[in-house]
Amino acid sequence: MAVMNGAQILVECLIREGAQVIFGYPGGVMLPVFDVLYDAKIKFILTRHEQGAAHAADGYARATGKVGVCMSTSGPGATNLVTGIATAFMDSIPIVAITGQVKTALIGNDAFQESDVTGITRPITKHNYLVKDVKELARTVREAFYIASTGRPGPVVIDFPVDVQTAKTEFTWPPSVSLRSYQPRYDGHPGMIKKAGKLIERSARPLVYVGGGVISSGAAPELLAFTEKIGAPLTTTFMGLGAFPSTHRMSLGMLGMHGTAYANHATMESDLILAIGARFDDRVTGRIDAFAPHAKIVHVDIDPTSISKNIRVDVPIVGDAKRVLPALGKAVKKAPDIKAWWEMIEKWKKEFPLRYKSDDHLRPQYVVEQIYEATKDRPTIIATEVGQNQMWACQWYKYKEPRTWLSSGGLGTMGYGFPAAIGAQMGCPDKVVFDIAGDGSIQMNIQELATAVNNKLPVKIAILNNGYLGMVRQWQELFYKKRYSGTPLKNPDFVKLAEAYGAKGMRITKKEEVPGAIQEALATDNVVVMDFVVEPEENVFPMVPAGEALNRMMNGMA
Amino acid sequence: MKHTLSMLVENKFGVLARVAGLFSARGYNIDSLTVSETEDPTVSRMTVVVNAQDERILEQIKKQLHKLIDVITVHDFLKKEYIDRELVFVKIEADKKRQAALAKTVKKFSGVLVEKKAGVVIVEIAAGQQDVRRFLDEIKDLKIVELVKSGCIAIAK
Repeated sequence: MAVMNGAQILVECLIREGAQVIFGYPGGVMLPVFDVLYDAKIKFILTRHEQGAAHAADGYARATGKVGVCMSTSGPGATNLVTGIATAFMDSIPIVAITGQVKTALIGNDAFQESDVTGITRPITKHNYLVKDVKELARTVREAFYIASTGRPGPVVIDFPVDVQTAKTEFTWPPSVSLRSYQPRYDGHPGMIKKAGKLIERSARPLVYVGGGVISSGAAPELLAFTEKIGAPLTTTFMGLGAFPSTHRMSLGMLGMHGTAYANHATMESDLILAIGARFDDRVTGRIDAFAPHAKIVHVDIDPTSISKNIRVDVPIVGDAKRVLPALGKAVKKAPDIKAWWEMIEKWKKEFPLRYKSDDHLRPQYVVEQIYEATKDRPTIIATEVGQNQMWACQWYKYKEPRTWLSSGGLGTMGYGFPAAIGAQMGCPDKVVFDIAGDGSIQMNIQELATAVNNKLPVKIAILNNGYLGMVRQWQELFYKKRYSGTPLKNPDFVKLAEAYGAKGMRITKKEEVPGAIQEALATDNVVVMDFVVEPEENVFPMVPAGEALNRMMNGMA
Repeated sequence: MKHTLSMLVENKFGVLARVAGLFSARGYNIDSLTVSETEDPTVSRMTVVVNAQDERILEQIKKQLHKLIDVITVHDFLKKEYIDRELVFVKIEADKKRQAALAKTVKKFSGVLVEKKAGVVIVEIAAGQQDVRRFLDEIKDLKIVELVKSGCIAIAK
């Protein structure tokens, strides 16, 4: 085997791990690595801010199911990655982030552009490494990819001092990875599965409650088979959108704070909740002591720390949804008779449909619906920012496939959507990629217009421009007497801004212009910024006020 | 309730910070913590004594400790299934007369007077957590100049 320096070994390892693209930003202590990248067989995408690189790696990972890779220099470069790493951590997304570090001899001396990256990222990574010896490097990269992508996925940081990048050693590729202290359990406990099967057979009002775990597990086909077998209604979390076709007759859509009224009522009336790869987040449960008062709870999750964390679980099953769901299906000998339950649900569906005011105003929900209409027959990925735009994108776009919905759930990171869309477009060049944005969030990583335009990644940005930080304004309207503190926005001209970056800019102010404008954007082989000037004080309903029980919804239409 | 957590961890830098972080992030104080290499030099034993204000939170911390990549096993010792010891040094101000009385107490706890100077003695006790508390209670009327405890170590029976 050849003698190589650390920078060469790193790049060689990334290629061997199957990485095809790195999103990043160079800097002083990363010069040896960037020198190797100059003619390496791996694509490097220069973002305009390290946060954009981390989100792009995350969007790439969510859209493709592969590990996303991002890279930065030490100090400020690394700290700029932090929000992106925390975003991936909260949503269990596999990324490997490589950060430059000052010379090992200078670590701890307040050297120029030094920051304690392993210290800063410890609570927001699945694991992190500081490589102090070039001989450890290849094994470290292998472990990082293995840890990021197995079990409950998550981000791994490798902090890489500049002198280790230039140090030389014989390169050997570890044939496999085995960690005595990390052995995820994939098969569920047979006794527990049997018990859950019995509960399903005897249930009168079962409900399948699905989270992002089904998507990371690749278990959407198994979920469909299981749900159709037991005949139960199904609701997904925000992270679970796309795990089950929302157009399916058994789908109740999303539950939780801005979920459908019928999903929330079903949760509260259910006598058996089958939680698959979901974690009973507070945005899902509402008031925790009032949550699903009649239900026994079966919880399937690969991460034991998610089980009985917020909600006491009756049947815990630690395992991978892809393996547990078929076993659970087999354990159900006879599907329960739940005709009366479906009648209740159909009644709620009729009584409390998702709706918004239909008039001649340009309303944001209509824009999202029209994006769906224009893209429903072609492979499309929807990324979003955070706030009202995100919730309307949950409610009014119909997700049918896994990995078509990219949004920051756990951390709620404004500025996530556009760079994530860039990463997704990089990984899926044949798909249409939309970023549904607000006029606030889009400005948090607007600089990435340069990245998208320069790399010919024709992302379509739909700004639902209401002139406010809309979700915060909505809370101020409902709970703070309309005292709009810090929420009105004076925005730049988004059309001119797009044009300045070399993208196409469009402004849409009338309802009747919407379908045509979307078609025009889809026909454009360039980045398009669509500035939809929408109803300024439109609200997201239904809404469960924070701390209220899940069935105490404001519907806003009464 | 007091818990004695006994963990096997990888003997690497950073592991202690990861473990401590799970407690500190919740504003949990650790009563005592000891770390030392085991018979296998790649593995360290960590013994953490913590007072759980809420048993559910401790349960969650235990699961998260186990989830850390560098943690190999986590065991929460229950009463009677383990032996625990703590090494204690106490520097006490005591005149001749008090020293004699103290010697009796120390003997009762199988301790040793390791240093004796005019007016000051250093006592060494190695005992379980309960006995240490009892001993300190018996000498509470004496003037303690300095008290040093090693933190608890424990082994399964």
